[in-house]
Amino acid sequence: MTMPDKDIVVKRTASVERRLDAIQSVFDERGMKATQTVEELRHLGEEEWGRNGARVVARAWVDPAFRARLLANGKDAVAELGASMPKHHRHLVVLENTPKVQNVICCTLCSCTAFTIIGLPPDWYKDLAYRSRVVRESRTVLKGMGLDLPAEVEIRVWDTTADTRYMVLPEQPPATLGWPEEKLASIVSRDSLIGVERL
Amino acid sequence: MDGIHDMGGRQGFGQVRYTRKAPAFHADWEVRVNSLYALAVRLGIFNMDEYRHAIERMEPGHYLTASYYERSLTSLATLLVEKGIVSLEELERRAEGSFPLAAPSAPGRTNAAARERFKPGDRVRVRLDFVPGHIRMPGYIRGKAGVVVGESPAYPFPDAHAHAIAAQDEPTYDVRFRSEDLWPNSADPALIHVGVFQSYLERIA
Repeated sequence: MTMPDKDIVVKRTASVERRLDAIQSVFDERGMKATQTVEELRHLGEEEWGRNGARVVARAWVDPAFRARLLANGKDAVAELGASMPKHHRHLVVLENTPKVQNVICCTLCSCTAFTIIGLPPDWYKDLAYRSRVVRESRTVLKGMGLDLPAEVEIRVWDTTADTRYMVLPEQPPATLGWPEEKLASIVSRDSLIGVERL
Repeated sequence: MDGIHDMGGRQGFGQVRYTRKAPAFHADWEVRVNSLYALAVRLGIFNMDEYRHAIERMEPGHYLTASYYERSLTSLATLLVEKGIVSLEELERRAEGSFPLAAPSAPGRTNAAARERFKPGDRVRVRLDFVPGHIRMPGYIRGKAGVVVGESPAYPFPDAHAHAIAAQDEPTYDVRFRSEDLWPNSADPALIHVGVFQSYLERIA
């Protein structure tokens, strides 16, 4: 048996953390302020963005004129409440649920979401199972997620394949009629804005 | 490209691992990846279409086994190398190991020569376009007929924007399809809406 002429060097794939450290150090050395940016996202992603959608829904429930503006031009209407969207999110379409219609949003190609309004998308929204199945097996998928819709409710799925962003406007639970806006906002979940939960 | 990223309607995936109030992030490095690619976009190093396309260009086996944020990381690194910000050798030296990147890009294209303005209620068909580069048309609507329900403002045309090719901005149309038309005898009944770029559509007389 002969030995190979050269040693074959097999490099192991670096861990994701090491790969990321490599990139972050490149950014920082080139003056691109990576570390500061990370802190900003921590604050916005986990605190501020998650509350915007709930505030918008609560206002729409108590103010019919606002609701009409929200359905006509979502981006302008949420701006009235101080909620902004990134430059490339040029259009927000608000989808009104009714007793006979359940809207559901997804992104089969990646993970697009109106994240400054709804909040950063949850893990399952980005998973291959949700992305592949929700367009083709919507009722089955929703049932598996705990939303067992009556047969007469029509399901409308919205696949976020362009720069338009969507938000579901859930129905107000009858028991909450007359509640103050702030209390209403506290019952609006992110998952109801995605459309996989009814309130 | 008809890539592995085009998940809509693929079969064989199991139960959605749903929990209420599920987190967006599971580890600190995921927050860092998300921040860094967003920073690169803000700095103009690359745009969102380039970012998405670099994820789509990942080798399919890597795509399917990588976590969401590893895909994000791979796209970010691929574009930093392609844009000349850093070399692969430097990244691998810093990471002390190999650093898998996405495959090189195939050519993109500009807008369709003939584009039409549609209005809600118009019946349209998705063109039978097969392109090697970036496209935002999920495969499950190719060749399918639907009804326009909305029009967006004009956006950069992704098939060009992901490849630094000149193109006019164009609107997308929210088109309503019946799931039974998309997957005959093989779908739960529902209305499926897709944001479709004007260049991908033709009118049904």
